[in-house]
Amino acid sequence: MQHLDELEAQSVFILREAYNRIRPLTMLWSLGKDSNVMVWLARKAFFGKVPFPLMHVDTGKKFEEMYAFRERYAKEWELDLLVEDCPPLEAVDADLPPARRSAERKTLGLKAAIEKHGLQGIIAGIRRDEQATRAKERVFSPRAESGEWDFRDQPPEFWDQFKTDFPAGTHVRIHPLLHWTEIDIWRYIKREAIPLVPLYFAKDGKRYRSLGDKDITFPIESEAATIDEIIEELETTKAPERAGRAMDHESEDAFEQLRATGYM
Amino acid sequence: MADKRAILPATQQPLHLVIVGHVDHGKSSLIGRLLYDTDSLPEGKLEELKAVSAKRGMPIEWSFVLDAFQAERDQAITIDTTRIWFRTFKRDVVIIDAPGHHEFIKNMISGAANAEAAVLVVDAGEGVQEQTKRHGYLLYLLGIRQVTVAVNKMDLVGYDRERFATVSGEVTDYLGKLGIEPNFIVPISAREGDNIAKPSAKMPWYDGPTVLESLDRLQSSSAPVDQPLRFPVQDVYKFDDRRIVAGRIETGVLRVGDTLVFSPSNKTARVRSIEAWNVDPKPVSASAGQSVGITLDQQVFVERGEIGSHEFNPPNLSNVFRTTLFWLGRKPLKVGDSLKVKLATREARVTVEALDAVIDTNSLAKGQAETLERNGVGTVVLRSREVLALDEYARSARTGRCVLIDGYDTVAGGVISLEGYPDQRSVMTVKSTNIYSVEHSVEANSRAQVNGHTGGVLWFTGLSGAGKSTLAMEVEQRLFKRGLQVYVLDGDNVRRGLNKNLGFSPDDRAENIRRIGEVAALFADAGLVCITAFISPYQADRDRAREAAPGLFHEVYVKADLATCEERDPKGLYKKARAGEIADFTGVSAPYEPPSAPEMVVDTAQSDIADCVEEIVAYVERTFRAKEG
Repeated sequence: MQHLDELEAQSVFILREAYNRIRPLTMLWSLGKDSNVMVWLARKAFFGKVPFPLMHVDTGKKFEEMYAFRERYAKEWELDLLVEDCPPLEAVDADLPPARRSAERKTLGLKAAIEKHGLQGIIAGIRRDEQATRAKERVFSPRAESGEWDFRDQPPEFWDQFKTDFPAGTHVRIHPLLHWTEIDIWRYIKREAIPLVPLYFAKDGKRYRSLGDKDITFPIESEAATIDEIIEELETTKAPERAGRAMDHESEDAFEQLRATGYM
Repeated sequence: MADKRAILPATQQPLHLVIVGHVDHGKSSLIGRLLYDTDSLPEGKLEELKAVSAKRGMPIEWSFVLDAFQAERDQAITIDTTRIWFRTFKRDVVIIDAPGHHEFIKNMISGAANAEAAVLVVDAGEGVQEQTKRHGYLLYLLGIRQVTVAVNKMDLVGYDRERFATVSGEVTDYLGKLGIEPNFIVPISAREGDNIAKPSAKMPWYDGPTVLESLDRLQSSSAPVDQPLRFPVQDVYKFDDRRIVAGRIETGVLRVGDTLVFSPSNKTARVRSIEAWNVDPKPVSASAGQSVGITLDQQVFVERGEIGSHEFNPPNLSNVFRTTLFWLGRKPLKVGDSLKVKLATREARVTVEALDAVIDTNSLAKGQAETLERNGVGTVVLRSREVLALDEYARSARTGRCVLIDGYDTVAGGVISLEGYPDQRSVMTVKSTNIYSVEHSVEANSRAQVNGHTGGVLWFTGLSGAGKSTLAMEVEQRLFKRGLQVYVLDGDNVRRGLNKNLGFSPDDRAENIRRIGEVAALFADAGLVCITAFISPYQADRDRAREAAPGLFHEVYVKADLATCEERDPKGLYKKARAGEIADFTGVSAPYEPPSAPEMVVDTAQSDIADCVEEIVAYVERTFRAKEG
């Protein structure tokens, strides 16, 4: 089996487990490259049509191109899309550093949406190679009632037998892309011709490597204007993928704290 | 060094490598150093490392590359498993770091279960320690056979060749007993960078590969396409007019047109198509590792949990099996515990019937114990109410293993052995399907009126020497005198004729009992009281006999403890069994499963035979005698 086929088969297996074991279920669609790959994999898993709703937790601060993309492909892919708003910034702890505060807003929006829809499962497109605390994640990762991640005591997970039994009040985050790397994602996008927000491709010597809110996300210097050029760039770069995401870098454990309180 | 590393083709599979070993022997440090020496650290990481190390008053601490959590850094201990991607001269490697502290065994297993090869790190000063052995044993249980041993902290023992030889000997001794021969044993210092990516000038006496070179010589495992087909059903979709059976092929190859048998339901159907989205043309075959969806030529009802296979090579069917497992539960495991088992996509309730052995991973001795403690390894017998499709781990690793759940938690993983437990498929399968039951013109009621009693089966079960035959003959005599139509089936009259083509293998024994059950049911149907006197050690076999005679079956447990039976030994069989002359002898070298809910129990060790006879006769009078009027 080729490497991409193997990655795809594993993700399809995970998505089918989630759909069989966990209801109600939703998939987070952030409109970024990873979450588009994830939607694509769900269409593979379920033969064309995604059988559960997708959810965009909307901070209202995304790039114009992202909103245009959302409108177009929600229709084209026949997605059952829920758009959930986040609370105003004033509702978030003012003592937090600015970028973290902004990210925390999204966590609150997600928590509210989970409660509103009584969700048991959230499918999220995080990957182990993105960031060191994500590297320690499980594929099926339980969250306490308040949405907290107890990373000190994660359940054992082996032989693809995932944790699917939970006490009331818990929900589970399902991570079908955990085993993919950034370059795998790009190679798969190329093979499958998956549409993307154009911000990933270089314009005037700059491109976005990772997309978030426009006020806390920054482009990198790059001339890579095609998928092939991006793959070539990634083959040699030593810069971390999330370097342009301000919320990761305000303290040593900035991202760990974010994730512990319920961020993706 | 980075410049020498090739750009690899997108198609190549990475090697999944787990780093294991005793706590503090330097697993995370080895990884940190490997990344540094191969120039694989992301930009800014080295500066970050220096800063967070200085903050804690340490010289540069390599393990912080992987120990991402604050708690891990503050306690200088790895809590959870992590992954890191890295590239050697020849290949991509996914490094799986696993915690060494015994408290985090569950996390070590969560990481190691995904690996194809391992590096076992041993401290040159401390030598082989408890967790070195436990991790070695877990590698063995997880099926990892490619191992590089890294003898670390050589700098602290003065790069001493003798010390290296001693520690190497300890490791190879232990692994050797498990049948693992290390591929390489490398003396290293992770802190100083000796023999990690570059040969060490301080150990000129060592001429083997560095750790980095050793990784290039390990094999990526390939998908098990050459094993028998196993296609566990994950779900059945009816999104449109297609009815798609979805699942992942664990082993073997599946082709359009193949006839599949689904276990345990035993339904068969042909593969009409392999469905796929955004794939053109449609595939005509699929193999191990692929997640697929198929349609069948008939509307057979299959559901999640069944295993599709070819007819000529199906999994075994049994409701009892043995598993050697690692126990992660907070409460110790003991006989009688009720748990949930996950076997591929199947879930079922099981009861722990026996704790055969607890394995001391230090000495590898097998001992007897009442309980299996957390993080321990042992062998247990599990029984389910329903029949399960099972594979021997030795034959099919991917479907020959199970996971146990207690409440909400995963508490164990184990590998399956079916030794001593017969395949129940042949006795379950109805081979001829063109048989119709004949309407008898004489009704059961009429027979009972003429005989003065109803027909039925008295099924005696118990150990050899418990007194089944003696009781059967006595009871027959007494009932006959009282005017009942009664007949005994025992080994003598059955083995000589009806079952003379059967031997004593587990399968033949099961068939022997199946036939007796059917014959006894016919006798009962004919209005007779039929007494059978066979050890019939398996509950599943007796349950089938019960199903053959619905409403007419009475299980009588003829009880006597093993010591008593062995002392009686009327036919000298125990002596022969103990001498090894008889294989699979019930109670000695094969299990006896006492009935879980017999209609009647007589204890011949505690009571006189005569009293037991009285009890049974009274039971028959009460139950079988037609009511007056």
